[in-house]
Amino acid sequence: MNADTTSLLGILQKTIVELPKLFTGQASNTTVVVVASGLFGVAAGLVGVFALLRKRSLTADAIGHATLPGVAGAFIVGTMLGVPVREGPWLLVGAALAGALGAWMIQLIAHRTRLREDAAIGIVLSVFFGVGVVLLGVVQNMESGTQGGLATFIFGHTASMLAADARAMGFIALFVLIVTFVLRKQLTLVCFNDTYARATGWPVQIVDLLLLGLIIVVSVAGLRAVGLLLVVAMITIPPAAARFWSDHLGRIVAISAVIGGVSGSIGTAMSALAPGRPAGAVIVLTAGSLFALSMLCAPRRGIIAGAVGRVRSRVRILTDHTIETLWEHSEEGTSPNIGPVRNLPHGIKGRLVFLLLRVRGYVRSIGDAYMLTPAGLAEGARLNRNHRLWSAYLTTHADIAPSHVDWSVDQVEHVLSDELVQKLERIVELEDAGA
Amino acid sequence: MSEAWHHFIAGDLVALLSCTLAVVTCGVLGSYLVLKRESLMGDAISHAVLPGLVVAFMISQSRAPVPMFIGAGIAAGLTVLLTMLVRRWGGVEPGAAMGVVFSVMFALGVYLIESEALRDIDLDASCVLYGQVEYLVWWDAPKDPSAYLKLATYTDTDIPPALWALGAIFVIAVAFVAAFFKELRITTFDPQMARAAGIPAWLVQGALVLLVALAVVASFQAIGSILVIAMLICPAATARMLTDRLGTQIMLAGLVAGLCAIAGYFAGAKLPTALGAEHALNIAGMITVVAGLVFGLVCFASPSHGFIARAVRQRRLAERIAIEDLLGLLYRSAEAGETFVPIQPMHAAGMPVARATKLGLVRAEASKLGLTDSGRERAEGLIRRHRLWEGYLVERAGLRPDHVHATAELLEHVDQPAAIPTQSGDLDPHGKAIPPGPETDAESP
Repeated sequence: MNADTTSLLGILQKTIVELPKLFTGQASNTTVVVVASGLFGVAAGLVGVFALLRKRSLTADAIGHATLPGVAGAFIVGTMLGVPVREGPWLLVGAALAGALGAWMIQLIAHRTRLREDAAIGIVLSVFFGVGVVLLGVVQNMESGTQGGLATFIFGHTASMLAADARAMGFIALFVLIVTFVLRKQLTLVCFNDTYARATGWPVQIVDLLLLGLIIVVSVAGLRAVGLLLVVAMITIPPAAARFWSDHLGRIVAISAVIGGVSGSIGTAMSALAPGRPAGAVIVLTAGSLFALSMLCAPRRGIIAGAVGRVRSRVRILTDHTIETLWEHSEEGTSPNIGPVRNLPHGIKGRLVFLLLRVRGYVRSIGDAYMLTPAGLAEGARLNRNHRLWSAYLTTHADIAPSHVDWSVDQVEHVLSDELVQKLERIVELEDAGA
Repeated sequence: MSEAWHHFIAGDLVALLSCTLAVVTCGVLGSYLVLKRESLMGDAISHAVLPGLVVAFMISQSRAPVPMFIGAGIAAGLTVLLTMLVRRWGGVEPGAAMGVVFSVMFALGVYLIESEALRDIDLDASCVLYGQVEYLVWWDAPKDPSAYLKLATYTDTDIPPALWALGAIFVIAVAFVAAFFKELRITTFDPQMARAAGIPAWLVQGALVLLVALAVVASFQAIGSILVIAMLICPAATARMLTDRLGTQIMLAGLVAGLCAIAGYFAGAKLPTALGAEHALNIAGMITVVAGLVFGLVCFASPSHGFIARAVRQRRLAERIAIEDLLGLLYRSAEAGETFVPIQPMHAAGMPVARATKLGLVRAEASKLGLTDSGRERAEGLIRRHRLWEGYLVERAGLRPDHVHATAELLEHVDQPAAIPTQSGDLDPHGKAIPPGPETDAESP
């Protein structure tokens, strides 16, 4: 099957078709890179959720920057020792060591001096990167003008990635996936309640160190694809986007992994179309688009859902208010025709409200005036009773008022106990008797 | 003028001056960021304004400062707006919201830089990161020394405009900090108090952020964003390790920044070739490295807050406490009638017998240890403080007599006169005599 490799869909199609060939080693370079980037995205999305919960996003940024001197230093040392630096894990090991050193220095500065974590992160981030830039210059001089391909580590470059590098990235990502899966319980506990974790005897510091280690490994895995400046974005954006879709940690982790994986693979496929473009930027922009999409469209927490919810609640308040006003003017189960009364919505808004109420069968109109139907009268009675019970509750039990109650929507019975409702009803009856 | 001097003025002077001006500006402004724990503001700004700079560059096709500032301003405004949108409407926590928006803006900038439209122009991603200090040359600097006394020399020759922009920002920043020192101080340390005193905190701090942004943008092409980030934090952090006074800190930060710039410049531009290397090293990177080294050195060697000074202080304190505990032990056993105590168990318990002997506080007699006169005097003070504290804890704090020993054991080592409870009787809660203090007789009526 000959897929078109000049379009995004073509590349993705080809990738899917060639998936089985990955195991036999016959897949094309592009396929290997796309799949490996996808795996990296999944790993970053997974680790990112815990990094975000544990407030390690900025530390991750510093770790990303701190890998540069590791890469350049490993290149210089390796070349001096005669190691084939461009193949194998040599450069990535250097990157990981430098990243770990950076993370350790952040802890040292933040805990052992009077400076705070923000300054520690800034210092490590910029000074390590500065050292890296100087070492890059040394590499450039050694290699007489080229940077030994090291510049691709800064901005990421998937087009020139070798299948071997991509495989390495894929395997590291798989490793991170497995470790995160095994440690999910400990990570969750430490992220949500470290005091409790400590009190129940979990080694919080070790779990913290493991999380930091995972962040370092993920950053190093993504160096060639996303680049060390933007690798933090792959740890931050997918979990932040996933947060819109659910409140449940397991689901957030899964969604974050999917968003990371999709950004990684689609971004890589897109940059395969334009090899000159920096792959890291394309991958991050893909992730950014998914974030924007999530923020707009997610059910419940999304902006659109939020706006719809707000409009609906305003409409409901208006219609409820209208029914209650009409009901208050009615007597003994019959509703008079009510002309333009004060307190009733009027103008275009009023017409829309009454249209809605007519459609729902609560209101009938006769000429310019309106009257409640029997269904409207029943609804009015329910609203009035509910309203008064809540008022009674607020005046007598305000100190134990549950915080997340929408007073006009939630039926008292749904929130309060039967016993309490009966008590409130007695209060309301007393009020009526008094009046 | 000698050839070497002319060479220096034409090739290095503008670059050196630009670096120094940019870096000192960052050092001065960064002091406030470090104190407010907003050190990463420079990082954030430099990431966020990148797309604005690139678009401005694409439209104006030049590196003239004005379009650059406009582009950066629009990008910064957009970033603030987007961050607010993500926070308010999206309900994302502030840190994550900033992370998302800034990295996406930066990715956009990097993407645009490498796009077709800019392929042929001399703006690439790496120059944004580590600047092009090397390109700031005054190629037509006059050879005649007297020409430098004429104003026309400076207006007619081709001095890189970046120098003027950086100079202007430097002057504005220093003038701002000097003129509004008091307002900046109060709004930095206690914004609520500032508001209560009628100082518009948002205005003062907003102006500060604006200045940081201006400095970031002006420094961009000269020294690159990484050096800007480093210089907003490292010199200020270095100064913070050395002093507790704000004014001193700001001046120190500026001074450290300037010295780092000069040292780093020569270490990058001149040292490698002087040592026989073929090429110079990246200057912005080298200044960052020097700033990092200076910070590291100060972390260890600062007389007030350094690791070494702190370790020494802690050891001294530990030793004093150990000696005092030994003296207390000997005093109590003397009270019980045993003036000399066998040395061996005290050695075994790790008590500083040798040190105390050397200080003349204790003396050994036939493998037993007793207090000397000066030792007894110190022990009396110690036991007096201990028993006064026990009395205080029982009478004033309402603790039971058998609960106070451990606390008194800690507090007895605090020997500032102001921190010792006043005496209310001759006996402590356990019925033991409180040794008389040196000043007791004079004070009691």
